[in-house]
Amino acid sequence: MSILVNKDTKVIVQGFTGKEGSFHAEQCLAYGTKIVGGVTPNKGGTEHLGKPVFNTVKEAVASTGATVSMIFVPPAFVADAVMEAADAGIELAVIITEGAPVRDMQAAKAYATKHSMKTIGPNCPGIITAEECKIGIMPGVIFKKGNIGLISKSGTLTYEGANQVVKQGFGISTAVGIGGDPIIGLSYKDLLPMFEADPETHAIVMIGEIGGDLEIQAAAFIKEHITKPVVAFIAGQTAPKGKRMGHAGAIVSGGAGTAAEKMAALEAAGVKVVVSPADIGKAVAEVLSR
Amino acid sequence: MNIHEYQAKQIFAKYGIPTPKGLMAESVKQAVINAEELGGPIWVVKAQIHAGGRGLGGGVKLAKSIDEVKKFSEEILGMTLVTHQTGPEGKLVQKLYIEEGADIKDELYLGIVLDRAREMPVIMASTEGGMAIEDVAHDTPEKIIKVAVDPAIGFQGFHGRELVFGLGITDKAEQGKFIKLAAALYKLYLENDAEMIEINPLVKTGSGDFIALDGKMGFDDSALGRHPEIESMRDISEEDADEREASQYGLSYVSLDGEIGCMVNGAGLAMGTMDTINYMGGTPANFLDVGGSANAETVAKGFEIILKNPKVKAIFVNIFGGIVRCDRIANGILEATKLVDVHVPVIVRLDGTNAPEAAEILRNANIANVTSATDLADGAAKAVAAAKQA
Repeated sequence: MSILVNKDTKVIVQGFTGKEGSFHAEQCLAYGTKIVGGVTPNKGGTEHLGKPVFNTVKEAVASTGATVSMIFVPPAFVADAVMEAADAGIELAVIITEGAPVRDMQAAKAYATKHSMKTIGPNCPGIITAEECKIGIMPGVIFKKGNIGLISKSGTLTYEGANQVVKQGFGISTAVGIGGDPIIGLSYKDLLPMFEADPETHAIVMIGEIGGDLEIQAAAFIKEHITKPVVAFIAGQTAPKGKRMGHAGAIVSGGAGTAAEKMAALEAAGVKVVVSPADIGKAVAEVLSR
Repeated sequence: MNIHEYQAKQIFAKYGIPTPKGLMAESVKQAVINAEELGGPIWVVKAQIHAGGRGLGGGVKLAKSIDEVKKFSEEILGMTLVTHQTGPEGKLVQKLYIEEGADIKDELYLGIVLDRAREMPVIMASTEGGMAIEDVAHDTPEKIIKVAVDPAIGFQGFHGRELVFGLGITDKAEQGKFIKLAAALYKLYLENDAEMIEINPLVKTGSGDFIALDGKMGFDDSALGRHPEIESMRDISEEDADEREASQYGLSYVSLDGEIGCMVNGAGLAMGTMDTINYMGGTPANFLDVGGSANAETVAKGFEIILKNPKVKAIFVNIFGGIVRCDRIANGILEATKLVDVHVPVIVRLDGTNAPEAAEILRNANIANVTSATDLADGAAKAVAAAKQA
């Protein structure tokens, strides 16, 4: 078991034949992901990486039965691609592209929601179910199979967290990089109940950062609904106010969205909060030995 | 990207949002010419910098004669203005805005930002104009009216009614004027991919008109490509030179107060590295994300920018190699140390794909001031120790 994706998940790639799309689709195929085709307008009918290319997502879905799309199109075309996927009946779109305008994502997410399509990202490393299915750009080799679920706004902190979990002798069930943009798809409070319901997941690591209030919402949700142990780290305790720290959404504006308030809320919800990401692995070992 | 008040007011004018008449000046002479053209009898001389709180810092003065316009312009132009938003170093005033005085009866607040929780723009209005909205939100949150507008339906009549009744505007003519202004502001926000617009204060005049006395606007950097007219308003002298230089090389940099320079791949890990240094008793000198494809050139540029800061006593390079192999990054670091004179201790932690090979490369190179670390905690501890010894 795992959440959202597994070895049987059929995946298409939008922006399949582009440089990024090609490189990462090849890596995903090598990992074992069931990529069944891709979409690049005007290249329909050709083959790429040994898989069929389609002009539209509708054709791709009809021909392959894909339920998930991995999106690599350039930022200006992300909203169009997401809405096309939703319209074609895709169930989950994983948006890797960085730099999509916020207004576009607002419209795209609203449309996706209307069509009951889940989204992950944008500007994220993607999702991986260890040793089964990698949909994204993360280095698969770090993610040894195990019983820890991981949710993170940051790409490299996902790797850091997973690596520590593995070094402590544990492994990952599914890891989801949700992205750090102001508007994102699935967030902590959507993913936490999936991990709670997954018998293979015994504990959850959540990695957040300054900006917005998703971590506060998560804390409230954990308090009410999550019985499995949760370890959390919030990046940006030392970040200055009013400065954007790399991610478009990572900014303390008007004094709101600080690491301190998020850490306090999570602690109050019974979460084991670590001050440094270097302690994530140890904290997981600790909560599991309780 | 942020713009100046005078530019925001040009955009307001395009959308039919009333503003006092005003003209921008880059010299005292021009300021006087502007004042004469506006006619008087009173003028406001306003410093143009990308920060709020200008009035309290002495950057906004009311002039009752042309002589006073000249006097205040001389005082303000070229001064380093310190406000609660500039930081202690302040900002050099290079532009002035000379504006006609307004007949102020009431001061209101009107703004739009993205409500991240509801995932739609939210219009915020308050009767407490002229104060920092953060303070109003903190002290008297009930005095802020928030109306979220779903772009799928756009600004409707009920949004307008919620605003005017919330503000206690009872005169029907005034209600109409306010609603028209709020609708225009929403249109402006959406059409230009604004990130934030603030009119503080929005004044009501004795004759019941609403005028934007100030204007603050920020735009979504990711959308600037489709708004060349907005992008042309960029004032690079208002931006941090190092941050700007870094961004030209695909690096994301923010300078801080401490002693340990940080070079990290990924924004989250970069913040996490700063936090870890702090946790171990050190102080981070900067945030620096070298991005997903760290190579010799970007690493060299990173060293160069970090070392411009004379406070830096040690550098912690913390890279988690994923798709990018660590051995390549190790070679990049070696090359970078040849391109840039790195005169402080450098602690390098490379983890992930091919990490053992990378450690081997660094060991064999045997550069005097480069030390390897095994993991994040080890690296941070070594960097803190090195900075304390220096």
